[in-house]
Amino acid sequence: MTELVTGTGEPTAADPTAAKQGAEPSVARVSQWADIRHRFFANKLAVVGLAIIVLLILTAVFAPLLAPHDPLRQDLNATLQSPGSGHLLGTDALGRDQLSRLIYGSRIAVIVGLASIFVALSIGIVLGALAGYFGRWVDTVIMRTADIFFAFPLLIGAIVIILLMGRGVLPVVLSLGVFQWATFARLLRSQILSVREMDFVHAAQALGASRSRIIRKHILPNSLTSVLVYGTSNVGIAIVAEASLSYLGVGVDPEVAEWGNMISAGRGFMGAKDFMWTYPSIAIVITALGFVLLGNGLRDALDPKLR
Amino acid sequence: MSRPPLSKQDEGDGMTSLDLVPTNAGVDATAPLLEVRDLHVEFKVRDAVTKAVNGVNYSVNAGETLAVLGESGSGKSVTAQAIMGILDSPPGRIAKGEIFFQGQDILSLSEKERRKLRGSKMAMIFQDALSSLNPVLSVGFQLGEMFRSHLGMSRKDAKAKAIELMDRVKIPAAAARVNDYPHQFSGGMRQRIMIAMALALEPDLIIADEPTTALDVTVQAQVMDLLAELQREYNMGLILITHDLGVVADVADKIAVMYAGRIVEHAPVHELYKRPAHPYTRGLLDSIPRLDHKGHELYAIKGLPPNLQQIPPGCAFNPRCSRAQDICLTEVPALAPVTERDGTELVGRGSACHFWKETLHG
Repeated sequence: MTELVTGTGEPTAADPTAAKQGAEPSVARVSQWADIRHRFFANKLAVVGLAIIVLLILTAVFAPLLAPHDPLRQDLNATLQSPGSGHLLGTDALGRDQLSRLIYGSRIAVIVGLASIFVALSIGIVLGALAGYFGRWVDTVIMRTADIFFAFPLLIGAIVIILLMGRGVLPVVLSLGVFQWATFARLLRSQILSVREMDFVHAAQALGASRSRIIRKHILPNSLTSVLVYGTSNVGIAIVAEASLSYLGVGVDPEVAEWGNMISAGRGFMGAKDFMWTYPSIAIVITALGFVLLGNGLRDALDPKLR
Repeated sequence: MSRPPLSKQDEGDGMTSLDLVPTNAGVDATAPLLEVRDLHVEFKVRDAVTKAVNGVNYSVNAGETLAVLGESGSGKSVTAQAIMGILDSPPGRIAKGEIFFQGQDILSLSEKERRKLRGSKMAMIFQDALSSLNPVLSVGFQLGEMFRSHLGMSRKDAKAKAIELMDRVKIPAAAARVNDYPHQFSGGMRQRIMIAMALALEPDLIIADEPTTALDVTVQAQVMDLLAELQREYNMGLILITHDLGVVADVADKIAVMYAGRIVEHAPVHELYKRPAHPYTRGLLDSIPRLDHKGHELYAIKGLPPNLQQIPPGCAFNPRCSRAQDICLTEVPALAPVTERDGTELVGRGSACHFWKETLHG
């Protein structure tokens, strides 16, 4: 076994390895990443989640190639057409092609979903790390601030900010980000509180590691995993929230091809033209599900002990 | 074998006027490597004060092994943390005392200066090597960190040094395993890696806090032998913290027995085994299972270690002691030298018992 590998292995490692390995044979030399990859792909639901997300992102990127029509072009001679040959998913009240709007809508979903979680994670990680590591009054100030943000329901808080900033993609991203950081900060803080009492942190201290080295190399890498996993799952929630804002008329501009807008446009035709709101609703559900499955899959793959 | 560019010779253990004096007095001429004087450590949580260490004195010379023996909560580990400067503070606090390392009062140093001592001059090995190693970093990286953070070595050089160290502590196929993670090693191998990390910069003092407690008996002996061998090779001072009398016998030069934050007896290792001078030590020795006593009930010291928030007045051991008299309930016995029946002093021995004579000779 070892002899077979020596040819391809590092030349320096090859010789002593072959000789000494008799003492401790058959140690599986699998890198940690290969291990994680293996566990992830062994999980069917995780793979489904990943497939949904990949499909979503491809759709968003190649929307101009995939969409049969211009999503904004109105054709007042062909309004409210049921799904059929000309328009696969029908048209809305202004004669815009529903399928094209659905495809372009994925762009807003992906951008707002990822960007708002990125904003939330950035704020949450910095503040959570400060609170967890320094404790005392820093902790108190940050965590009581987090409590205030917790007190606002996500949508109500976001609407306040959008009222101040005006509608548009950027205000939606910022408002959703600002009202979700507190969860991540809390999670990271609690992780850090437990990790910093772990033996290897004390050991690193006893061997002379500096404070910043301990934070960067020992505490953060061991605390961030669950925060990043939770962040992944939360992208789906952010997408639902974003669509809700648009549905309520405080999200992106109503002209824009966006799933919440589409449902809102179909609201007046419930019972008569159900295709108008069902397809965007299905898109939202599948997308949110995809991120949750991906997040769960990552969690199980990164830390099998958590299951 | 190339040595890191850290010369021990500059550290004031010679080259001064002391060298001119003929050192027939031995111990007196050169200060011990480490000397702990009247150390008190307490933990304050809300209103309660836990007195973990209550006046500990001990010293270790270069090349010498001091075993610190005691039950959980006897203050042996807390003393070590105070020496290393890694006491959890707050709530921990050194209430009183001094610690001299290579003649320097290290409690007066700044945190930054203390940190520079850690790893390069004094290092510590912990009980559970699996939890003492960072699970997300390869062992090679963690070993290399010692060279990178203390000596500013490049990543590549540090890795080469890591492999060299792994060879040093007899890890088979070091070059092939340098990128493995802690969980891929067996318990004994992990403890070897911890030892390698502690030894990386060839410190002058190593504190090993129950280094073999988490290991199988057969592996325990191997790891202890390795530690002892490396200690001789580098002429380091070693403080071996343990509650296992068996581990101590072969490697230690002298033993300090701790109870309730105090040293109750100290002695050269074999004398302590042969003739303990404190009832607590005697109890510990009697509670070792022995093959020739098969079938008999195993002796156990009755009672429990004291609550460190309410240490009993007088001798802390009095509630559990078979020799306890009235004086033991009121007067704290000092750690005093012990002598033979004819009055000749037993060098290096001391006992903190009002009735050491009866215990030793009786």
